[in-house]
Amino acid sequence: MAGMIEVHNLCKTFVTSEANVEALHDISLSIQAGDIYGIIGMSGAGKSTLVRCLNFLERPTSGTVEIEGSDLSTLTEAQLREKRREIAMIFQHFNLLMQKNVIDNICFPLVIGGMKKKDARERAAELLEIVGMTEKAKAYPSQLSGGQKQRVAIARALAANPKILLCDEATSALDPRTTQSILQLLKEINRQYGITIVIITHEMSVVREICSHVAIIGEGHLVEQGRVFDIFSHPKTAEAKELILKGSGTERRTLEGHQKELMKGKCCIRIVFSVNSSFEPVIANMVLKFGQPINILKADTKNVEGIARGEMILSLPDDRDMQEDMKAYLTERGLAVEEVNGYVDE
Amino acid sequence: MWTSDLTMMMLEGIRDTLLMTLLSTLFGYVLGLPLGIALTVTDQTGIKPNGVVYKVLDVIVNIARSIPFLILLILVMPLTKAIVGKTTGSAATIVPLTLAAAPFIGRMIESSLKEVDHGVIEAAQSMGAGTFTIIWKVLLVEARTSILVGVTIAIGTILGYSAMAGVVGGGGLGDIAMRYGYYRYETLIMIVSVVLLVLLVQVFQTLGMRLAVKIDRRKR
Repeated sequence: MAGMIEVHNLCKTFVTSEANVEALHDISLSIQAGDIYGIIGMSGAGKSTLVRCLNFLERPTSGTVEIEGSDLSTLTEAQLREKRREIAMIFQHFNLLMQKNVIDNICFPLVIGGMKKKDARERAAELLEIVGMTEKAKAYPSQLSGGQKQRVAIARALAANPKILLCDEATSALDPRTTQSILQLLKEINRQYGITIVIITHEMSVVREICSHVAIIGEGHLVEQGRVFDIFSHPKTAEAKELILKGSGTERRTLEGHQKELMKGKCCIRIVFSVNSSFEPVIANMVLKFGQPINILKADTKNVEGIARGEMILSLPDDRDMQEDMKAYLTERGLAVEEVNGYVDE
Repeated sequence: MWTSDLTMMMLEGIRDTLLMTLLSTLFGYVLGLPLGIALTVTDQTGIKPNGVVYKVLDVIVNIARSIPFLILLILVMPLTKAIVGKTTGSAATIVPLTLAAAPFIGRMIESSLKEVDHGVIEAAQSMGAGTFTIIWKVLLVEARTSILVGVTIAIGTILGYSAMAGVVGGGGLGDIAMRYGYYRYETLIMIVSVVLLVLLVQVFQTLGMRLAVKIDRRKR
């Protein structure tokens, strides 16, 4: 089935006077209608360039981008502008018009689309209701908090009834609580209006929280993609493992602290519990069976695709054979098991 | 001594100076605004980059700005004669004043428009806004405070130039200061005309800045 967004072999090279910088290399993605699709990577990985290729704010050097079957590179300038009305975008720094009040900001895409001012204002009032900002209609952006500005930006993005919403680090400038409320709002919009959402972020917690699918970008390459749960429990590549372990601020602090010391030279594994495995006391049973103590370095529950998942990092005994047996034991019981030494020690 | 004739002359001087200054500013913007917009839009980082157009405009503006005003005044006399019919008086001064002001205004517009956050322009592009819409509804609106500060500066500068035109019989307060104060050693008249010029600049500066602050929505 052809997706809402189909990217084939996309490359983007920036030509500067000193050198050619290859920002994206041979990226292919398929994003289905109604998905919340995360694109995650470290800063400088090329994800912002990638999202700008999806609405042709950046033209790919080669490769194609198809939105609902129409290849953006074949469109004329006017057709492209028309198409962009279906592909809304929100930004890290909100990018509201500072000299216009909230309601006029939301009217902006409607007015430039040729709607009458009066009708636009009616529609804008509806949108303010959706994002819960009705009482701020006459305020100017400088009078709003970051979260409020992003709500206005979301309302503005939804004004022209887009099919796709691109979010470029939309929560990166916000505190954790505001991030939560914005993510909930995006989720609700996805559910209620069936808008396909593409989320660019460097925070694994954002992807875990609301995305159904994820693509991991590292140094311009697509390193891994799939369902969020699959990647969260079975990350295959070093980039994926690193992002999952160092995903959020709290995790980073924990791992960079004394636990990292504890992990040095030890065989450590990360296990992820699925729903069924939570009923059995797996770790306790394993300790009893092998008669060896296990050091639990970290235990946490995380919201993945809206379901709470248990996550633990264990330090295993030094005996090689026993390590293998224990891993097999855990895998048999339906747990996802990953070795974590290599990239934590770096 | 001071006579009512002198008062009349001063009032006429004020009227002529105001007329010259304001009309030249107006015409200066008629030429300078599109020039500044073109410089912004065609620049490498603009919304329609065009190296050739930018370079040509850039060089023209630089050349025009480096010609001393008094030389320009004399250089464009044939043009002035063709447009106004004479080369002296306040109406005739408007032609060189406008020509001197336009490139300088163009540069100020360029600098004002380049202050507009690129993110906001990108947001407009992502909504399907075309070049004209972005110029009209984003650049000029978002930069309006800065543009108005520019207008205030332009008026002050053009007022100063208009006084300089007094050397070649340009009309207005500068002309009075030259003819009576300088050539005939009537110091009082010279002082009065200069004080009036200072007051005019003050008034425009104060009004302009107040208005600029008033229309700025970036602060509460």
